[in-house]
Amino acid sequence: MSKFKKKTGGELPAISTASLPDIVFMLLFFFMVATVMRDTTLKIENVLPSADQVEKLGKKDLIMYIYAGKPSKNYVQQYGTEARIQLNDKFAEVRDIAAFVASERASKREELVPFLITALKVDKKANMGIVGDIKQELRKVNALKINYTTRQGDVSTNF
Amino acid sequence: MAKRSAPEVNAGSMADIAFLLLIFFLVTTTIETDSGISRKLPPIEDNQEDVVIKQKNIFTVLLNGKDQLLVEDELMELEDLRSEAVKFLDNGGDGTCNYCSGAKDPTSSDNPDKAIISLKNDRETTYGVYISVQNELVAAYSELRNRRALQIGSSKGFPNMNFSDMENNYNNVNWSGNKTKLKEVIEQIKIEYPQKLSEVQ
Repeated sequence: MSKFKKKTGGELPAISTASLPDIVFMLLFFFMVATVMRDTTLKIENVLPSADQVEKLGKKDLIMYIYAGKPSKNYVQQYGTEARIQLNDKFAEVRDIAAFVASERASKREELVPFLITALKVDKKANMGIVGDIKQELRKVNALKINYTTRQGDVSTNF
Repeated sequence: MAKRSAPEVNAGSMADIAFLLLIFFLVTTTIETDSGISRKLPPIEDNQEDVVIKQKNIFTVLLNGKDQLLVEDELMELEDLRSEAVKFLDNGGDGTCNYCSGAKDPTSSDNPDKAIISLKNDRETTYGVYISVQNELVAAYSELRNRRALQIGSSKGFPNMNFSDMENNYNNVNWSGNKTKLKEVIEQIKIEYPQKLSEVQ
């Protein structure tokens, strides 16, 4: 007669976890959409200096990135320890910057070209010689808006 | 024999798989945007005319190859640079600047509009130090602008708002104040304390 026996004990029924995958998938989709994968592989050491008088850079598609710094360990044999410029995925010379800016400009819609900003991501241990060369080259191609990309922080950590 | 229905697939591990993916995307996500110090480079001009600027209106900052800071031909520590720059910009030596509160020293700058900071660096200077100096000089300008914003803000209807707050509010779409009026105030302060930072190549 166990069929009709009253259940003994007031145990709580287990909470259904059937909707857990749905919740997790929702989060997953959010992060999938929000993710921006790093598009360039850095071949140089790139520890940015800190500053506190910073402005935020807006639209990511209107920024061209120029990296500079000491080649990272794997490339020291080949490229030495002097600071180098990296454009997109490869090492570049100062004279390549003009071509790089031209190709970046060509890839953007014409009306957006005047709003392009060059972000200089330079390692804090690099010397100003290379930065001066980059700036001179940018002046030649009339890409005058630049931004020294920094981390938010105190300047005393830059030494 | 009775027809057997297909056994149901156990979906218990679905959550685990989803979690795995979730954690992967959590780790690779970079939501924050870059920030930094914005500058504008001077265009290259063919016919360069020499502009005569009085020596007292130029505040020379020199960074040498050993990362030493020379301000007006004297060695200085980075901590003192900001206050010295403020003192120079806010001097108001010719008396035309009625909002300056400087020492009115006739041997220093005439007014903020004429005062120019000239920054020179060597090829050997370290980039980190250069950014620190740039940061301090920008900070000197924003200190003066913030002070000015607090002075005139209340009479224009923006009390207790310093210059950076004003700019943030102006760029904030959710801010509910009068933006055209705020723009005027911002422009006025920018004219009163123009950022004249020249870099010597």
